[in-house]
Amino acid sequence: MSDIPSYRIERSTGTSRLGFAILLVALVALLSLPGWAGRAEMRLLIEISYYLALAQVWNLLAGYAGLVSVGQQAYVGLGCYVFLAATAFLNVPPLPALLLTGFAVTMIAVPVAFVAFRLRGAHFAIGTWVIAEVLRLIFTLIRPFGQGTGMSLPISVVRAISENRTARELILYYFSVGLGVGSVVLVFFWLRSRQGLALAAVRDSEAAAGSIGINQQRTKLAVYLIAALIAGLVGALVILEKLRITPAAAFSVTDWSADVIFIVVIGGIGSIEGPIIGTLVFFVLRALLADYGAWYLITLGTIAIVVMLKAPRGLWGLIGEGHNVHLFPVQRRVRFDANRQPIRALGK
Amino acid sequence: MYWINTIIQGALVGGLYALFATGLSLMFGVMRIINIAHGDFIVMSAYLAVVVVGLLGVDPLVSLAVVVPVMFGIGYALQRGLLNFTLGDDILRPLLVTFGLSVVIQNGLLELFSADSRRLQLPWLETASVRIGDQLAIGLMPATVFVVAVVVIAALELLLYWTDLGRAFRATADDSDTARLYGVNNRYIYAMATAIALSVMSIAGVLFGIRTIFDPTIGPARLLYAFEVVIIGGLGSLWGTLVGGVILGVAQALGAAFDPSWDTLAGHLVFLFVLLVRPHGLIPKTVGL
Repeated sequence: MSDIPSYRIERSTGTSRLGFAILLVALVALLSLPGWAGRAEMRLLIEISYYLALAQVWNLLAGYAGLVSVGQQAYVGLGCYVFLAATAFLNVPPLPALLLTGFAVTMIAVPVAFVAFRLRGAHFAIGTWVIAEVLRLIFTLIRPFGQGTGMSLPISVVRAISENRTARELILYYFSVGLGVGSVVLVFFWLRSRQGLALAAVRDSEAAAGSIGINQQRTKLAVYLIAALIAGLVGALVILEKLRITPAAAFSVTDWSADVIFIVVIGGIGSIEGPIIGTLVFFVLRALLADYGAWYLITLGTIAIVVMLKAPRGLWGLIGEGHNVHLFPVQRRVRFDANRQPIRALGK
Repeated sequence: MYWINTIIQGALVGGLYALFATGLSLMFGVMRIINIAHGDFIVMSAYLAVVVVGLLGVDPLVSLAVVVPVMFGIGYALQRGLLNFTLGDDILRPLLVTFGLSVVIQNGLLELFSADSRRLQLPWLETASVRIGDQLAIGLMPATVFVVAVVVIAALELLLYWTDLGRAFRATADDSDTARLYGVNNRYIYAMATAIALSVMSIAGVLFGIRTIFDPTIGPARLLYAFEVVIIGGLGSLWGTLVGGVILGVAQALGAAFDPSWDTLAGHLVFLFVLLVRPHGLIPKTVGL
């Protein structure tokens, strides 16, 4: 007994308890926002929520599972069209249609993963992009969806949510914020779980993770499917918010991949905090540079290049991790008691 | 006869696709990086030719005398000044840096040249054709593009297997650390690889600009074609890219003959099919370039 050192495993730190308080305040602000802010603010937060959700799952894909996808627009687009088909053609009520969309998009992602997983690393990135392009081109051919000119969500579907415009906006707001916050919570609990430990091991070293018996393919597939599910739900909310969709907008690589990649890279890849900070920075930059057209994207691209070269862990790597600050307690730390004894090999 | 004609046209376009792909293949072979801005550099070369043609009033083919050296220089500087710092175990860095570059180039071109479609004019070559039999005619332009592709690929093969630089490329591709032990300057070799890749891409870009209209946004589609050609042909095989290019070209031509909106889609589907049945391509070459 005396050979075994006295220690405990800790996760939360002083900063993570502070961080939790900050996040709680932010959450209260978000939930009460419709009471004190206007329509414009609500619309902005709906959009921020999509991007937060997409950024969180892309970070899980690229930052943890090593699956650098440039094809998440495939699932946003599918989400749009599945929701549209379910409500407009099959007369499914909006809420069940939302669930159906999530389920259907995830099911479609299974065979897609079978093809995409044949490619590794950088090839996977381009391969997922090709698959998204294939879907976009297919939807430009389908006549009931209006081909390339797109289709509107029928008014009857919008009315089915609620007859009252304010109530509709509230419902959409809470669903979007729920998806954004929900994705953070999901990633947080995932990373704390056994699966998350496996994922962190895969992130740090694929070879070592494999050697201790982690089934990498299964871990990666799980991440891929979750990412597809979240992107599909974002797609359904996008069509509810925009009310009209074209294949070019639904499967836009700029909107659903480039922007999300910039968010995660600038905020900090491989942490939960990074995508949150990245989303905020992205929307601030967008507000500041919105009037400069192409210069806005030139600036974003340049910032991403500089960050990738000079601070590969992004802004959060500079301000947080560098000082051992963690808002989300996902890491495990070994704390030895004061009167600790040297660790000896057991049984000797 | 209609179908034979379609297949021949498609195969000739395949030469252009092979040229798109060789640059990608060379950079991946030597440095193991995929340049996401690949297609945007091709489009950039076409715009460069527009500028040269406008300034000097020369023929687009003559403009190659300026465009190729300029792109060679840009490639060398790009690798030494930027991409060399992204190399390492982490595939994320080169991927995301070139992704940022792609967005910067695309929007830079948009800012400089607007979103209007452009085309490089070469009337004497565009309309000329050679008649074979009474129902078949081969355009001189597509045939020239194909011949140029074959010549460029043959020249690259010569470079790779008969010169010191080529030996250094192959050695670095096999094992960069050991190559360095033998006195190969990796940073220089990488810069030369990217410079040569961008030179080949610039030839492809100018020929592409003569063949079809282009605008700043079409780069990513060229990247996808180039990538598909590399995977269909088999990684690391230069003649494989010619085979891959022809297959992609024929697939697109047949798709377009079936329905004009099917051309790109047919190419993508053939790529996915090859990926499913022959994941290592048709002419795989596992070691080196």
